[in-house]
Amino acid sequence: MQNQRTIETLIAGFGGQGVLSAGKVLAFAALYGGREVSWMPSYGPEQRGGTANATVIVSRDAISSPIVSTFDAAILLNRQSVSKFAGSVRSGGLLVCDSSVADAAVARPGVDVLSVDAAAEAKAAGSARAATMVMLGVLIGRTQVVDPARVAESLRHVLPPRHHDLIDVNMRALRRGMAIAGS
Amino acid sequence: MTEQTADLLKGNEALALAAIRYGCDGYFGYPITPQSEVLETLMAEAPWETTGMVVMQAESEPAAINMVYGGAACGRRVMTSSSGPGISLKQEGISYLAGAELPALIVNVMRGGPGLGTIQPSQADYFQAVKGGGHGDYRLIVLAPAGVQDMADFVSLAFDLAFAYRVPAMILADGAIGQMMEKVTLPPWRRRLTDAEIAERYPWAAVGKPASRSRNVLTSLELDQAVMERKSLALQERYARIEAAETRSEAYLTDDAEMLLVAFGSAARIYRKTVDLARQRGVRLGLLRPVTLWPFPTQAIARLVGQVTSVLVVELNAGQMVEDVRLAAGGRVPVEHYGRLGGVVFSPDEILEAALSQWNKTNRK
Repeated sequence: MQNQRTIETLIAGFGGQGVLSAGKVLAFAALYGGREVSWMPSYGPEQRGGTANATVIVSRDAISSPIVSTFDAAILLNRQSVSKFAGSVRSGGLLVCDSSVADAAVARPGVDVLSVDAAAEAKAAGSARAATMVMLGVLIGRTQVVDPARVAESLRHVLPPRHHDLIDVNMRALRRGMAIAGS
Repeated sequence: MTEQTADLLKGNEALALAAIRYGCDGYFGYPITPQSEVLETLMAEAPWETTGMVVMQAESEPAAINMVYGGAACGRRVMTSSSGPGISLKQEGISYLAGAELPALIVNVMRGGPGLGTIQPSQADYFQAVKGGGHGDYRLIVLAPAGVQDMADFVSLAFDLAFAYRVPAMILADGAIGQMMEKVTLPPWRRRLTDAEIAERYPWAAVGKPASRSRNVLTSLELDQAVMERKSLALQERYARIEAAETRSEAYLTDDAEMLLVAFGSAARIYRKTVDLARQRGVRLGLLRPVTLWPFPTQAIARLVGQVTSVLVVELNAGQMVEDVRLAAGGRVPVEHYGRLGGVVFSPDEILEAALSQWNKTNRK
């Protein structure tokens, strides 16, 4: 996937899990890395407790459609997202799912499926609330979709200044995810 | 205040920031999903402390549009934004703006209807924007942005056209464009006009009567039918000039096209990819995107109709712009419609299926 000019990703889970924010962190890291980027959120009532998702497209070229139905890589954080989107990952693509819902993920030939205990990894990094950043680390580690060095800069932009003390723990969570991905 | 910055912004945010940079004098609005970030961004930016731009949350949509009416009568660059239900409430004021020949910017970030409908993206307000919406023989200049950069760029285009012709202009976006973030370069800063500049540029404006001229009367009311007919004909003559000079469209791979897709706004954005996919399958598809929905690019479509075997109009509605495309095609080739309703947004693959199916039907001899 590292050589692809365009990488289309999906992050999906419960509202409140930081799905849209994780998408923003990825999107701004891509922007700061000089890539073309689009971030398309679900903006319905799902933000207030149901399922939420964000499509992030990172490309070396102008992006034609910000809305796609299949993905190169997906982070799926809950059972509903797995059943809705696991089949939308393209052959040759990457599926990162939480180990608590991994049993729901159908093994698909040609798709790299990584099951991660995000909560435990995040806790080990210093905050259980950084679980989604662990998953983002796995995705970035495996796909190289953005330069991980840009993520700290991105977090500074996405997190409100009163939460900038959380940048370090988020970066630690990201690096744990990257280690799981083997990079 | 840097001149040029590339940033990653939602369409609604880009529109709000572009309005401040344009030197907009006032925004009057009322919140509604999926456009609430316009007002939120303006409130966060607090331009009244920098450029002097007024930002006000009105008590209702009718109040907001009548504040726009007042500001426009004074020659100020004023705007409002809403989504379908709120735009419907503003129709009386929009018709009055048109009748009083006042320039203003109205932004509709469309959601699915009718009624309160859904907050998801839709293009079902095409008829309302293009065919009237309010009462009487009037037109709005209607611009359809296809991405976040357009949301930033069309603010100045809409205001410039509105003031050049003294006609209200509308930016007709949808929830997808309002909510998504893309890379955008904001337009350069322009200064708000001074009172003296407004008085000089817009002699019709209500800026205080000097002794040297008679008073300016700005109204849509005229009870003498001969005068009213003359006024109406003058307005129609102005609309004809706008049609002749301001029609805009964008063609993508139409030079050798055998089949034509016509789509506007976010739909046009998505189907560029469909064109690429179809060409990989050996079908020479081309895309025409009306940028102005009124004036409608009838000539551009009529020219292309001569070289294609069929036309597919793709809209997030039950079939609205397709009527104007059929008028342009003049019955020379089949013009079909493909749409999704209720806030469902189709993918490039789905449109590819529809296009290939129509292609096979048309070319099976």
